[in-house]
Amino acid sequence: MPKLIKNGRVVSDDRTLLTLAEGETPAEVAVPAGPVLVPLPVWLARREELAARAAAGELGVWLDAGEDPAALAGDLAQLAVIAVNFPKFTDGRGYSSATLLRTRLGYTGELRAIGVVLRDQFNYLTRCGFDALQPPADRYSDAELEAAVASIHDFSEPYQGAVTPGQPLFRRARRAA
Amino acid sequence: MYQYDQYDQQLLDERVAQFRNQMRRHLAGELSDDEFRPLRLQNGLYIQRHAPMYRISVPYGLLSSRQLRKLAHLARTYDRGYAHFTTRTNVQFNWPKLEDVPDMLAELASVQMHSNQTSGNDIRNITADPFAGVAADEIVDPRPWTEILRQWSTYNPEFAYLPRKFKIAVNGALEDRVVLRVYDIGLDFGRDAAGNIGFRVLVGGGLGRTPILGEEIAEFVPWQHLVTYCEAILRVYNRHGRRDNIWKARIKILVKALGVAEFRRQVEAEWAHAKDGPDTLTEDEVARVAAHFVDPDYATLAGDDLGYRHELAGNKAFAAWAKRNVRAHKVPGYASVTLSLKKTGTPPGDITAEQMDLVADWADRYSFGEARMTHEQNVVLADVRQSDLHALWQLARAAGLATPNIGLLTDIICCPGGDFCSLANAKSIPIAQAVQARFDDLDYLHDIGEIDINISGCMNACGHHHVGNIGILGVDKNGEEWYQVTIGGQQGNATALGKVIGPSFARADMADVVEKLINTYIEHRHADERFVDTVRRIGIEPFKQRVYGSEHPAAQRKVANA
Ligand code: SF4
Repeated sequence: MPKLIKNGRVVSDDRTLLTLAEGETPAEVAVPAGPVLVPLPVWLARREELAARAAAGELGVWLDAGEDPAALAGDLAQLAVIAVNFPKFTDGRGYSSATLLRTRLGYTGELRAIGVVLRDQFNYLTRCGFDALQPPADRYSDAELEAAVASIHDFSEPYQGAVTPGQPLFRRARRAA
Repeated sequence: MYQYDQYDQQLLDERVAQFRNQMRRHLAGELSDDEFRPLRLQNGLYIQRHAPMYRISVPYGLLSSRQLRKLAHLARTYDRGYAHFTTRTNVQFNWPKLEDVPDMLAELASVQMHSNQTSGNDIRNITADPFAGVAADEIVDPRPWTEILRQWSTYNPEFAYLPRKFKIAVNGALEDRVVLRVYDIGLDFGRDAAGNIGFRVLVGGGLGRTPILGEEIAEFVPWQHLVTYCEAILRVYNRHGRRDNIWKARIKILVKALGVAEFRRQVEAEWAHAKDGPDTLTEDEVARVAAHFVDPDYATLAGDDLGYRHELAGNKAFAAWAKRNVRAHKVPGYASVTLSLKKTGTPPGDITAEQMDLVADWADRYSFGEARMTHEQNVVLADVRQSDLHALWQLARAAGLATPNIGLLTDIICCPGGDFCSLANAKSIPIAQAVQARFDDLDYLHDIGEIDINISGCMNACGHHHVGNIGILGVDKNGEEWYQVTIGGQQGNATALGKVIGPSFARADMADVVEKLINTYIEHRHADERFVDTVRRIGIEPFKQRVYGSEHPAAQRKVANA
């Protein structure tokens, strides 16, 4: 079963990722049974139909890099999982999406980084509020993924306030003059 | 200057460990070139023409003598005995070994230095007025604010993968000495009518392929909001800046596309959420940082030093140096000295290990142990007693650091160009050297007066050629090196972009071209008129005529990169 890092531990995960193939439309695409992440347009088109599965924690929504998290503002309480896609690991929009979801919109469920998610970005990703990190399925061996967990803790007391920690260093610590 | 506490040091030590691990995995084949590239760039490591290039950060240009000695040590141990000082107060080594760079970083960390974010699509080293704290026209000392921003931007998790690089400059004096309007964000500190500190915000400036001067989006933001306001700008840019085309990815393109009014509206809307939030600065934090930038222990001196005046009157060479390289100081009996890295025959901005050690010694002996780098690629000793100037001049002269040319024609700002840089279209150092060699008569140089010549080897514009009074840009024409010339660019409060005078020139012609431009100026100038003011007054036409002849082909041919 595919693995991901959740709250700092490697766990198995069988959630499927629904993507729209050429010619498929949000309104008509078949949503697979079982745990699934659907694209934002599918959710927006079929909220009522999918609401029960979302409420049961089975169905979550994924946002692409350029999609505005505010589109989910009214649905956050229903969603147990939201994912943000990184089409390239150098595309940093997802860091702002996560920050907005956690701080501005107050989302508290699982926030998962998907796409090209690599260990060298784990620290920044978790500081922006991601609690689930899902690298590409074939990128790391099980042993490498276990070793990669350490990267979450690359910096122990960062300067800035972000999502975690929420306060900047000058409010967290008494710094010597 | 700022001294690290345990937190600063721990963060930097963790950075060293992180990069060491990344380098190890890269060399072991676990981290591909593509995956490694942004990581090494965020640590200042380029893969260059001859060897890797390693770019070290000197935050707002401030160096202690201990740090200078460390740089000298690195130059000797890991490089070929010299370093290059850049227009963004970074220090570059051109010949390190890839696998040595983590060790170099660890050595830097031992003296509170680093190479954080000196490249990559992140917030780069922030520059500030090199005469901060000593300039008579200063309203607000920019250094504490710049240090606060340094901390905020260092390893900032949200803004490490921006659409493109992001540069911030900070000024706090009447005169703009950092070229605020060519930065992604230019922050101009001042005081309101009640005396409260705040800052004006300019956004969207930049040179490069599409040179644009920054525009004001806020007239006065109170100091408490320094971080939250910058954060709002960065978030709008991170979310909406273009990522599909590297040439259109800077914030200036976003500001142009939206229009300043709409960009301002988006920033204000974003800021409304963050304003007064946890990142709002506290008086305690500002006081803690500002305590590192109090005046050194100046002696109480009567005023101008008589011995100094005496030497000035009796020694022509010393007087020529003092005229160009010594600046007035806010404290009686003191002066600021600029050591020139623009000796004819030496690549502009290059400094040897021995020279760095000497500057460190002089800093200790004469200037409270500190030196400053300037964006004009020189070194300043900011707090020298007038009574020491003559002794310092003699030492500097013996070391080749007393060329009396600050602000004159041979004080050329020049990027490393095609001799070192893999992005270059053409060499830039030989142009600087040819021009310096042509104008080797000191009296004539002083007669020509103040003029900035800026040279870039490609349109990335590291030599800031657009704002040079004479700007020279290396261009590629069918695989050959050519040079396009602009005139009328300017830094400072009247910052302006130069205008292209016509088709580009071969390298061998460049000294002639500059000479013709200067001759035109000499013929047309009014008394006490600088080159750039003459260009402003009479326009570029007379200069064109002289350079191209009467039927200048500029009118007929289309110019590369015009
Ligand atoms: S201007 Fe071009 S050639 Fe010169 S240093 Fe910058 S990138 Fe290299």
